[in-house]
Amino acid sequence: MNPVDQIAIAPIVVPALAAPLALLVMRRRRWLGVTISFTSCLLMLAAAVSLLLLADDGTIRTYEVGGWEAPFGIVLVVDRLASIMLVLASTLALLALLHATLTETDRDGWHFHPLLQFQLLGLNGAFLTGDLFNLFVFFEVLLIASYGLMLHGQGPARLKAGVQYVVVNIVGSSLFLIALGLLYSLTGTLNMAQMGLRVAAIGADDQWLLRIAGLLLVSVFALKAAIVPLHLWLPRTYAVATPAVAALFAIMTKVGVYSLIRVVPQIFGDGAGAAAWVPSPYLLPAAMITAILGFSGVFVARRLSEQAAYAVVGSTGTLMIAVAGWQADTIGAALYYLVHSTLAGAALFFIADVVARRRKSFGDTISSGPVSHDRQMVALLFLCAAIGAVGLPPLSGFIGKLLIMGSVADEAWWAWAWGVILGTTLIGVIGFARAGSTLFWKDGPLPEGAAPARTARFDLAAAAIALALMTALSVAAGPVTAYGEAAARQVMNSPATVDTILGAR
Amino acid sequence: MISLEFLVASAIGVLVAGGIYLTLRGRTFQVVLGLTLFSYAVNMFLFASGRLVVDRAPIWSKSVTEYADPLPQALVLTAIVITFGMTALTVILTLRSFLESGSDQVDGDPSGNHEDDSA
Repeated sequence: MNPVDQIAIAPIVVPALAAPLALLVMRRRRWLGVTISFTSCLLMLAAAVSLLLLADDGTIRTYEVGGWEAPFGIVLVVDRLASIMLVLASTLALLALLHATLTETDRDGWHFHPLLQFQLLGLNGAFLTGDLFNLFVFFEVLLIASYGLMLHGQGPARLKAGVQYVVVNIVGSSLFLIALGLLYSLTGTLNMAQMGLRVAAIGADDQWLLRIAGLLLVSVFALKAAIVPLHLWLPRTYAVATPAVAALFAIMTKVGVYSLIRVVPQIFGDGAGAAAWVPSPYLLPAAMITAILGFSGVFVARRLSEQAAYAVVGSTGTLMIAVAGWQADTIGAALYYLVHSTLAGAALFFIADVVARRRKSFGDTISSGPVSHDRQMVALLFLCAAIGAVGLPPLSGFIGKLLIMGSVADEAWWAWAWGVILGTTLIGVIGFARAGSTLFWKDGPLPEGAAPARTARFDLAAAAIALALMTALSVAAGPVTAYGEAAARQVMNSPATVDTILGAR
Repeated sequence: MISLEFLVASAIGVLVAGGIYLTLRGRTFQVVLGLTLFSYAVNMFLFASGRLVVDRAPIWSKSVTEYADPLPQALVLTAIVITFGMTALTVILTLRSFLESGSDQVDGDPSGNHEDDSA
């Protein structure tokens, strides 16, 4: 194994080392912990980008952990899809870290930086692993870290939402284990590639069991992705979490979407015999309802952070409409929109925080208040983020939605998809326009004896960078979509993946 | 004579039923108990996924050729550790939530006047 192949494990090893290190040094020197956190994120980004470039040659690289051969040991799989997700996760982590450090919300609790590193450990592991039980373990790692991050800063509202979030996810994890147990008892393996091979050979007697297992597994991923009817936990949780944390959580729903893209074609794909594409009839209507409910939530939200949370739900729905086509071109379009919607969701959470910090007692409620500091600048940022989130030109959301609509045009249900995507865009535009005009165009009286709060301008940085990245994404739409489509073809071509992972048989 | 499979399956079924019922209750203590029962059932289920066999060597022995499947045992060990940690976290979290909001309702209603309160 040459040194280049060792990069594959770097996204898991780096945060695993950084987290305890930051925990140890932060007791005495806070800045040292922050430095470790930043260094680790930068290292992860470097590793992820180099993996992204390496994966562009189309070969699937595997890393056998501990040198155990593929079906017996745990294998990490680096292909285009995994490297896209790794780059996205480390970019988003850097933005969240920057915002938390600049606004000093990382000091609200004791362990922000170690928890962030553990969260990244879980995320990166989930993106890399090729073993289904290992996926469960990394899901647990990222969930346990997310419980801590979600409660960061504490307060009754967070604790209340936190209890619900934890309970929902524990039930989800238990269902994941049931699905795993069923699949293991049917196929006798946990390696995703080998499971895909063995699923085809399952006899007619056990088909119903296999269908239950597949649908349970998909339900768990749908819970993580917050697809209707499993979306109710998300808005309450994200709206009360610390904004930097909520921005990082924008990728948590995408973990669910990623797992669906990874697992369904490989295990329940064309080669699965009688159980081929078991979940597909359910996902499409659920995705459409998710998009409608999400953007309706944007329309009726009373606070900016709540609006951002609903925008995350709605964009996941739009994303899943494309994924539920289960063709290489629809998934390719979905991957572009996935990157965009993660950044857009994060930008909205950052701006909600920026607004709340400037309006003091008014917070981020969508109500007219006194003229706040830097209002024009904040309003401009909000406008850009809203344009990105609903998908108006010129930002990348427009290109993403256009790609999705173009890719589903050959499907039988294209009219439904177009209707939902265009309709939800309209609802979203009205919702954001209402919020923006109330917040930035109407002046309320200044409360007695209160001077307008002056805030330093640097807390706009994370939001501005997120918007700049979205602009870059629309400028570089050509190469990015080409990469996304290549990634989708690679995922859909599961026999080739199986050959690489299990070796030539 | 009751078979081993029936015994284990019915035990899992009863645990799941109780677990789901308690998890759907309105107060945190019952929810915690429900989650514990439910994850206990899941661990049993996972353990049984390697087939229920009696009197076989678990890992390796010179004299035998038939083995019990060792993998579910490893899986269930992982699951038990995670569950244990999660239970501890939930207990602390619900306790903090109760102390901060003064209510042990899952939806945090301070009045606590829910219909299921009488239970």
